[in-house]
Amino acid sequence: MQEATNLDVDSSASPDMSVDEREPVLRVRGVQKSFGGLMAVNSVTLDISPGIITGLIGPNGAGKTTLFNLISGLYKSEAGTIHLKGERIDGLPPHEIFHKGISRTFQIARELKLMTVLENLMLVPMGQTGESLLLTWFRPRQVRKEEKEIKEKALEVLEFVNLIDLKNEYADSLSAGQKRLLELARTMMSDPQIILLDEPGAGVNPTLLKHLVGYLRQIVEDHGMTLFLIEHDMDLVMNTCDQVVVMNYGEILTEGPPEIIRRDPRVLEAYLGGQ
Amino acid sequence: MSLLEVKNVVSGYGGMEILHDVSIHVEEGEVVSIIGPNGAGKSTLMKTIFGLLKTWDGHVRFADEEITSVVPEQIVRKGMCYVPQVDNVFPSLTVQENLEMGGFIRDDDLGPRLNEIFELFPILKERRRTHVKTLSGGMRQMVALGRALMLDPRMLLLDEPSAGLAPIVVELIFERIRAINEQGVTFLIVEQNALKALENSSRGYVLVDGQNRLDGNGQELLADKQIGELFLGR
Amino acid sequence: MEALENLPATVGYGIVLGSILTLGAVGLTLIYGIVRFANFAHGDLMTLGAYVTMLFTAQIFPALGITDNRFGSLSFGWIFLLSFIPAILITGGVAVVFDRLVYKRLKDNRVGAVMLAISSLAAAFVIRSLIEILWGTDFHFYTQGLRPMMVLPLGVKLRPDQIFIIATALVLVFVLYIFLQRTKMGKALRAMADNPDLARVSGIPTERMTSLTWMIGGGMTATSGILLGLDSQLRPEMGWVLLLPLFASVILGGIGNPFGALVGAMTLGITQQVSTLFLSPAYKPAVAFFLLILILLVRPEGIFGGE
Repeated sequence: MQEATNLDVDSSASPDMSVDEREPVLRVRGVQKSFGGLMAVNSVTLDISPGIITGLIGPNGAGKTTLFNLISGLYKSEAGTIHLKGERIDGLPPHEIFHKGISRTFQIARELKLMTVLENLMLVPMGQTGESLLLTWFRPRQVRKEEKEIKEKALEVLEFVNLIDLKNEYADSLSAGQKRLLELARTMMSDPQIILLDEPGAGVNPTLLKHLVGYLRQIVEDHGMTLFLIEHDMDLVMNTCDQVVVMNYGEILTEGPPEIIRRDPRVLEAYLGGQ
Repeated sequence: MSLLEVKNVVSGYGGMEILHDVSIHVEEGEVVSIIGPNGAGKSTLMKTIFGLLKTWDGHVRFADEEITSVVPEQIVRKGMCYVPQVDNVFPSLTVQENLEMGGFIRDDDLGPRLNEIFELFPILKERRRTHVKTLSGGMRQMVALGRALMLDPRMLLLDEPSAGLAPIVVELIFERIRAINEQGVTFLIVEQNALKALENSSRGYVLVDGQNRLDGNGQELLADKQIGELFLGR
Repeated sequence: MEALENLPATVGYGIVLGSILTLGAVGLTLIYGIVRFANFAHGDLMTLGAYVTMLFTAQIFPALGITDNRFGSLSFGWIFLLSFIPAILITGGVAVVFDRLVYKRLKDNRVGAVMLAISSLAAAFVIRSLIEILWGTDFHFYTQGLRPMMVLPLGVKLRPDQIFIIATALVLVFVLYIFLQRTKMGKALRAMADNPDLARVSGIPTERMTSLTWMIGGGMTATSGILLGLDSQLRPEMGWVLLLPLFASVILGGIGNPFGALVGAMTLGITQQVSTLFLSPAYKPAVAFFLLILILLVRPEGIFGGE
């Protein structure tokens, strides 16, 4: 049995390796969030295994986005804990959680509209020397060096998602699908441990969608990344995800590989409106 | 001749096409439901029929009249009213004022019609002078329905009437829909809660990715094996 | 302390100022609430109302050979009152025209709120420049001569004209209240302020209602300008310099709430006047600014706000 330590080298994100045998990247235990009198997330417990794509599905209002917000720190959980690679992250502010390695996309692409595609990516890495006014004056060479490194990385990422030709375009002039790719590219700039994707396929035309799915698989297989995504497009989920988690009414209904989930009558009932 | 005929409609938002050739029909007196997974275009279809969205291609006919390019302000005059999914009441107005606004374009005395609406929703009568923003979700939905009924419409379009409501309240709302239907109003309902919708409809259409996929009698549809595939993918 | 002795009189004058601001603020809040438009031309609509009144009282009526006598100890007669009508109609009309020709077109092209606000700024300059061209930049007065002061209980000193100003403001706000609460049109305007899409969906003719709002808002503002001219003097910037206090009153009372605008305007008027007891009158705009910042920090939705 292989021990999964350095995931960049170990491309063991292959289906024949059982999902439970490796240390989960994310451990969510009993988290809870209510709004007014409504329990949006009710005592949710789940593990996200490393190096695979996990999908989160469920009817509207099931609590999927709320769960994402709890994990990324936008909301504070009213109970329970969240651990990232053994380190406790619940209660930390979002930027610190980002720093620890959780990167997420938002449902409405929040690229900075007046900056170019390349500039959008170069903004991402934290603690750049050039961010300090004083240091820009007193350490120009270091600022230049860092900027060069970041630019090279940004160009690499752009090559990967095939947006390299648009590097100098204003982010706002990209199509919906291209904006999604830009969102994905941004998450890759920070070398995260896990990427949360909120409806990556929304508004993307079918051709671009195929490419998007390809990039997702590539990130996971070639770079050992862990992906956790919310999606409504069932074909996308069933064909891309290694593991599927189903939520309904704020709780986890069931989880398992796509083929099993698809045939589970409770899942269909949840979608059709049963309880 | 159907009361509502939607033929080969193509429409969307901005540059995005959402409905790719959708056709449905509704006969007078029916309750027809449109169900389907998220993003299927159900709300888009309703807004296109009611003129809130432009029809890019295809036709919409109501009572044997072409309404494809007619604006909502005119469509209500022809006997079709619409209850949106969200923001479907005037929160800072009272219950009675909400209803009065529903009847704005009537030239006759609103009194008799108001009484009829209050008979349908007795709870609202007690609260006629209450500001709607203080009411519960279920009562707001009743106000929303009442507002749309003030013009004595032949047909009502309802966008997700059960959204955000507790199961008991959903049952109540659908029961009222049945009662109103018995009084002669035809319904076209878009619903997330497919079970509830089809239980209360004569017929249903399943919309997926902006296209017709299945249709038929309410109960048959629920039992159809294809439903699983349509909702959960192949 | 001398200051305290003057307090009642100062508060009294603050109420006069507040009354003048009230009508302008009510007009502004209506337009903001129903049409969702921050109208930077609002001050200049006040100016327009004042000058049109002067046109009728000082030129048109005399040219037609019509003269009158003053009412009792007021400084004007019925010609002045009659001139309110063309002032209100013309100012309201100008507001409607700007909406139809400029703002509506910009909205149809989906420009942002900032662009709309700037276009109203342009309208403000256009109106003020026209007034300067037609009447020059000197001061004008509705009537010449000294105006006597009345001494009221509590040491409040007001001129009869100023009592007229307060009364007019209160009456008009009351009439507006009845209109909004009791009439079908008024309710439709409130409905539009609440939920414009649903108003449309209900069949309410939203375009006509928008024009009605500009008419009413413009008319109330015109009256505000007339009262301002009555109290002080007419000059082309008279309304423009009140733009900040007008916005401050609206925000203080809660955007879209006419009663709030009244309370906001009165608060502002009284505060500004009382501040002159220990600050130079030149600081009055600063007081308005300070109150605005205070309310934005403490309760940004305004005293009666909640939208």
